[in-house]
Amino acid sequence: MRDRQTVAACPYFVMENAGYCDESFNSLQSGTSDEDMVEIAGATLDFSSTDDVPPLDRDYVSGYTSYNGVTEGVNGVPKLMDLLDEPLPGVGTYEDFNTIDWVREKSKDRDRHREITNKSKESTWALMKSVSDAFSGWLLMLLIGLMAGALAGGIDISAHWLTDLKGGVCLNGFWFNHEHCCWNSNETTFVERDKCPQWKSWAELIIGTAEGSFAYIVNYVMYVCWALLFAFLAVSLVRAFAPYACGSGIPEIKTILSGFIIRGYLGKWTLVIKTITLVLAVSSGLSLGKEGPLIHVACCCGNILCHVFTKYRKNEAKRREVLSAAAAVGVSVAFGAPIGGVLFSLEEVSYYFPLKTLWRSFFAALVAAFTLRSINPFGNSRLVLFYVEFHSPWHLLELVPFILLGIFGGLWGAAFIRANIAWCRRRKTTRLGHYPVLEVLVVTAVTAVLAFPNEYTRMSTSELISELFNDCTLLDSSKLCDYINVNITKSSNELADRPASTNVYMAMWQLALALVFKMLITVVTFGMKVPSGLFIPSMAVGAIAGRLLGVAMEQLAYYHHDWVIFRGWCSPGADCITPGLYAMVGAAACLGGVTRMTVSLVVIMFELTGGLEYIVPLMAAAMTSKWVADAIGREGIYEAHIRLNGYPFLEAKEEFSHKTLAMDVMRPRRSDPPLSVLTQDSMTVEDVETLITETSYSGFPVVVSHESQRLVGFALRRDLTISIENARRRQDGIVSTSRVFFTEYTPPQAPSSPAPLKLRSVMDLSPFTVTDHTPMEIVVDIFRKLGLRQCLVTHNGRLLGIITKKDILKHMAQMANRDPDSILFN
Amino acid sequence: EITMSLIGMKVPMQLCLLLCSLRFILSAEKSDAKSSRDIRCKCICPPYKDVQGMIYNQNVSLKDCNCLHVVDPMPVEGKDVEAYCLRCECTYEERSSGTIKVTIIIYLFILGLLLLYMFYLTMLEPVLKRRLFGHSQLIQSEDDVGDQQPFANAHNVLSRSRSQSNMLNKVEHAQQRWRRQVQEQRKSVFDRHVVLS
Repeated sequence: MRDRQTVAACPYFVMENAGYCDESFNSLQSGTSDEDMVEIAGATLDFSSTDDVPPLDRDYVSGYTSYNGVTEGVNGVPKLMDLLDEPLPGVGTYEDFNTIDWVREKSKDRDRHREITNKSKESTWALMKSVSDAFSGWLLMLLIGLMAGALAGGIDISAHWLTDLKGGVCLNGFWFNHEHCCWNSNETTFVERDKCPQWKSWAELIIGTAEGSFAYIVNYVMYVCWALLFAFLAVSLVRAFAPYACGSGIPEIKTILSGFIIRGYLGKWTLVIKTITLVLAVSSGLSLGKEGPLIHVACCCGNILCHVFTKYRKNEAKRREVLSAAAAVGVSVAFGAPIGGVLFSLEEVSYYFPLKTLWRSFFAALVAAFTLRSINPFGNSRLVLFYVEFHSPWHLLELVPFILLGIFGGLWGAAFIRANIAWCRRRKTTRLGHYPVLEVLVVTAVTAVLAFPNEYTRMSTSELISELFNDCTLLDSSKLCDYINVNITKSSNELADRPASTNVYMAMWQLALALVFKMLITVVTFGMKVPSGLFIPSMAVGAIAGRLLGVAMEQLAYYHHDWVIFRGWCSPGADCITPGLYAMVGAAACLGGVTRMTVSLVVIMFELTGGLEYIVPLMAAAMTSKWVADAIGREGIYEAHIRLNGYPFLEAKEEFSHKTLAMDVMRPRRSDPPLSVLTQDSMTVEDVETLITETSYSGFPVVVSHESQRLVGFALRRDLTISIENARRRQDGIVSTSRVFFTEYTPPQAPSSPAPLKLRSVMDLSPFTVTDHTPMEIVVDIFRKLGLRQCLVTHNGRLLGIITKKDILKHMAQMANRDPDSILFN
Repeated sequence: EITMSLIGMKVPMQLCLLLCSLRFILSAEKSDAKSSRDIRCKCICPPYKDVQGMIYNQNVSLKDCNCLHVVDPMPVEGKDVEAYCLRCECTYEERSSGTIKVTIIIYLFILGLLLLYMFYLTMLEPVLKRRLFGHSQLIQSEDDVGDQQPFANAHNVLSRSRSQSNMLNKVEHAQQRWRRQVQEQRKSVFDRHVVLS
């Protein structure tokens, strides 16, 4: 375990009372409750070998409640303790930027549950406690749903308002955005849906007129100024209060859910700053969305609310179950798609997703969606973001353009990932990364300056997607829907295909320019030091491409309805091609190409649009885009960012297909110094301390003796240091020459020698071992399925070496011809 | 200074809860106090023969939300009314202007507080400190990255239980701890680019 402590865990040693790194340390004050004080009466068993500690005979301990299944070998936390030892605060917690021990956490939880169940038979109060313990999970989900829904509603309302603030102000009440300002007005016309006297653009306020080129210039300048102001505020707040609030958050949350610890990433300051700056970043016109950051916000809510319940506060594995549900809540409030959210959490974000979490996530996502609906940010009591009104059928032959859109999505996705990673790597390594504030301002300025002239980039991206998804009826008056109305006799529901007018062609040109602009600017925007999400920009790119193709197909079908491909089903006067559907399919294809989502993408899309008839085209496009993108590059955007940052994330989807054995990967290698071990009864306190200070490993195996190298257990560095410090301060007679015993029974000491130190309680009595000839496939599988941090390697029953998660990641990187030194954390 | 540090530590948690509770209460209340400004029936009528396309807005209730009640004055004659109305689409919409108002005001309030606090931390506090404590105190080692000793951490872990004498120092220390935390985060994100490239 080469522990490169890149960031010191707790650098606050100078402050006398500074103490812990994070608020989550508050839990340590109360002491752990699961370290029970159980004494085993002297079991006098006779065994031949003298340096063996005899295994425990279960008959002797049947009278006591024993939680240590030594013979079972699964429970890792030793329960047999000396009566004098009390549970120490700090033992059983983890350092920053380390991986948790899933097995230990899960077994701690099982023990706690068993204790509560056993006690519940004793009294009514204990029964109530056990009921409330079972109920606490559901209560927590309810609270998370409420809090996340409320925050998301607030974010939506504020973002809409701030976005419109770039264009003007409402005189009725400055808190109304453009649409709500003109809500009650009678001045709106069919052509200009948003015109009303209460809404004043900045040109009207400053120079008095709304028309003319000078007014245009004033509007332009004000737009750019507001955009720069918002972006500057966002990046300054992030930098000043919560640097962890930048970026999307999904790669880090994926890593956290797989067992990594990043203290402060899901804290309350991060929550507040992320919420506030997300609104600012989205309103500044940058090409980013708010879905990824909303997932981060929801996970922060989940983490903060976990502190209310002891069951989740103290157990890292249980907390991660809650965080998986919180991620589902995040997607649910971002899109108004609860089922899609649960599937997204299952597919993309979570590492371990037990079935119980599935039902709870669904509950939390529903509560959040319901809360969002009651806040009603969209003003139309609709839950979904881009509700489509049309239900026209599609023809089988249209699958060809849908698959074309899928290919486009896959190609764009792969290209985007490559370009974005290259840009982020440049930001990481060169001087570009030294000027984050300047970078944000420059990108915002470029975006604002280039976006204002084109009306399709000036409007917010969600509005653009809504307009593109919408099919044109007679009730629409936008430029995109300005068809030449020929022979209109029917009602407005079913419109035949019509030829396009010049307005539509102009709109097509503008959309094509918008497409190129968005494709390029999103590469630079994603990953900046403001909260930024990726879903909406990708969907916008796909929607524009889809709409362009749809209109092209529509016009082709109208003008060449006698071609053989159109003849069967697209007679003149029939409504055969719906460009809005092409936009939907294009959006799904591009999003799938970037994130490599499959089921969750389709479910999110049809929950977003309400169009259940269109599942098959969506699936076709999503699958095609995933295949094409996977053929070019294996990883989605989030995995690519994880690899860029060097997080110790063991990818669950990759298969390990090499024929190496455990002894090829284990440490120490042939040229390395031998394994640093602790012996069970022949080391002094000073020896242990020297070993700890001289090396940087995060754990040490405990063996019977140096000669026999027979395994006793495994002790973590952190637990050892805390115990020794505590012993030196609290216990009498512990000096540097005191003997350290990991055995169960300490032999009687001579009266002149110092008191012995018993450290058996901090040792893990059931470390996982494999033999040196175990194939690495099996070892990787064990690590993945059980969530191990380290695994000991034995040969003929004797301890030979150790494999850690980092070694495995390095080995996999080497096998894939990547740089093994890019794995940074332990 | 103490109140500012208090604010610095307590603001996020309390305001967060206040925010959420306020929003929730408001959204629950909206069904009772519905002003007439908050409902409308919007009818969109496309162009028909010589008549231009028009949009009609009136605040009527749900049962009156149809073409005949809302489209006033009717632009076509008697026998065309039915054909005209068939093309019109009327939707009933509700909103809660109170929720919007409260949300925006809360948001601006929190944003203002944060900006003030940021201004205070970056500009005023060094000036104040220099005036109160003299120049020497300012040369605190800002680069105190942690000691790599393993036992330093243990020391902190255990010494937490011994609390200081009064609240004032506690708050001060809490704020100092938070600032160091932010500094560490800033170093790893912005300077060393270790996390969140």
